[in-house]
Amino acid sequence: MISMMQTLKLALTALVRNKSRSLLTMLGVVIGVAAVIVTVAIGTGARSSVADQINGLGSNLIVVIPGSVQTTGAKTGTGGASTLTAQDGLAIAKLPGVAAVSPAINIRTQLVANDNNWQTTVTGVATSYTYVRSWPIAEGRFFTQAETDDTAKVAVLGQTVVQQLFPTTDPVGQNVLVRGIPFTVIGTLSPKGQSSAGQDQDDTVLIPYTSALQRLIGGTTVSELMVSAVDAAHIDPVQSEITSLLEQRHGVVAGQPDDFSVRNLADIAQAASATASILGLLLAAVAAVSLLVGGIGIMNIMLVSVTERTREIGLRVALGARSAAILRQFLIEAVVLSTGGGTIGVVLGIIGAGAIALLAHWPTSVPIASVFLALAFSAAVGVFFGYWPARKAAALDPIRALRFE
Amino acid sequence: MTPVVDVRDLRKVYPLDGAEDVVALRGVDLTIDPGEFVAVMGPSGSGKSTFMHIVGFLDRATSGTYRFSGNDVSGLDGDQLADLRSRALGFVFQAYNLLPRTTAVENVELPMIYAGVPAAERRRAAMEALDAVGLAKYAEHQPNQLSGGQQQRVAIARSIVNKPHLILADEPTGALDTVSSEDVMALFQRLNRERGMTVMLVTHEPDVAAHAKRLVTFRDGNIISDAPIAPKAAVLV
Repeated sequence: MISMMQTLKLALTALVRNKSRSLLTMLGVVIGVAAVIVTVAIGTGARSSVADQINGLGSNLIVVIPGSVQTTGAKTGTGGASTLTAQDGLAIAKLPGVAAVSPAINIRTQLVANDNNWQTTVTGVATSYTYVRSWPIAEGRFFTQAETDDTAKVAVLGQTVVQQLFPTTDPVGQNVLVRGIPFTVIGTLSPKGQSSAGQDQDDTVLIPYTSALQRLIGGTTVSELMVSAVDAAHIDPVQSEITSLLEQRHGVVAGQPDDFSVRNLADIAQAASATASILGLLLAAVAAVSLLVGGIGIMNIMLVSVTERTREIGLRVALGARSAAILRQFLIEAVVLSTGGGTIGVVLGIIGAGAIALLAHWPTSVPIASVFLALAFSAAVGVFFGYWPARKAAALDPIRALRFE
Repeated sequence: MTPVVDVRDLRKVYPLDGAEDVVALRGVDLTIDPGEFVAVMGPSGSGKSTFMHIVGFLDRATSGTYRFSGNDVSGLDGDQLADLRSRALGFVFQAYNLLPRTTAVENVELPMIYAGVPAAERRRAAMEALDAVGLAKYAEHQPNQLSGGQQQRVAIARSIVNKPHLILADEPTGALDTVSSEDVMALFQRLNRERGMTVMLVTHEPDVAAHAKRLVTFRDGNIISDAPIAPKAAVLV
């Protein structure tokens, strides 16, 4: 009997004896696996950056925005209704399944601090905003409920605003003029980067919504209400509760369109992940085809190899090889070819993914699972496509094989 | 003394569809004792090759008994016959059948791989066998770096490396020139004389057969003569 180790050695020796052919045979699987790794890396990178952006918007976020209203035949666009109030937000906060609510009042204005000025959006929010948006403070502190109740003139700056207004000094404790009213900077926000729409989210100033309403615009309606559900499972029920609550509060007649709109980021996330999974399916199809072609290449070469080495097989049988040993040797040769190709493919794929990230600035990430899956799959390709040639080799009649020219 | 080969009434019939069956062996009786050097001759189609394949466990007889070193082998399955080939038989072929791009010593090791001999022991035995055929210093040469005669001597080293009960040589000089043929036959004689190796040689050249001690002649599936050969006066070693 011959050990598995020894069979592996025999197979490797046979492959090394035909280096260039072995490498060319591997090429199909190399290209297939490398393509799979690169495409999976791009897909995963894209998906995780989408997921990052969606998570960056806030935790289990539901956004309520004013809807369209119709006055004497003319419809305003979405957001045209001025019916959403901070009181609506307080009512929503009492709903079960709601973790936190923050209104947002967006005011586009010019800021002045010392010798610098900068146009940005000042947003009036509640103290829960940092939680709702999952946005931690970098320096200083956020404003308190007491400051909100007192319509305090305090502001928390985004990093872009910090750079523009206080390029060299510490902003905390200094004053910023908002529409001529001095606000004291009490903290700065940690950097958040670009939104999924490409907006600079750090180009912002946060002040208490009470201050925004009373000191800056003198109104009661808000730009939007940001609601955080306690967990992802509560997003849908909370969404419908908000809808019926607001319909009731706003006196919307049944059958008439709502004067607000409730948007759920899970929908966006789902759409994004659906796109990603369609992309993934497409990639899987490409991968399957290329591995199939690679496998057929291996089978083809193994069949040629069996014919070409007929005499050698006859000799091995005459020298005492059992037919199982012959089968194993050829099967292992096929599996070594395919997994060897798979390994080279994985390495090339990782290098390729890195190159794409570097040159094209696409986020790529190679999941470990995809590496193991690619290797397992290429081994399976070897077994599947190597079995028939190996069977042929093992079934050869040694007498005829020895006479084969 | 138990004969190495003991066949009784050996028959081999190749059934042909829609035609008369081909009878290759028609009841052959033969015994080969340890230490014998038997040449088997006969024209093409006489059944000598079929006989050698059956003796070498590469083919099975249609009927008759075959006892190898005292054991009946007719009931053995393919794996058992393969194991027997690896442990108890040595083959030498006309075309050498060395593995290309493989060194002489690795070629000699091949039967021991299938017999499950550990690597260190394989190397030692292979070097010893190469030394016995006078090619120790060519151990690391590949077949294409060796002459035909040298390649056949490597093949002979491979056939003796497992210390087989019987060496089967099928036209071992068929591809060699006269001088190399003489070398190879002298080597068989020496292995037979000095190591007591039992050799069965199949050939159609009387000059080659003359190196053996006993001549068996086949014709039409029967043995028509079986006689000792008078030793030559001078044998080159």
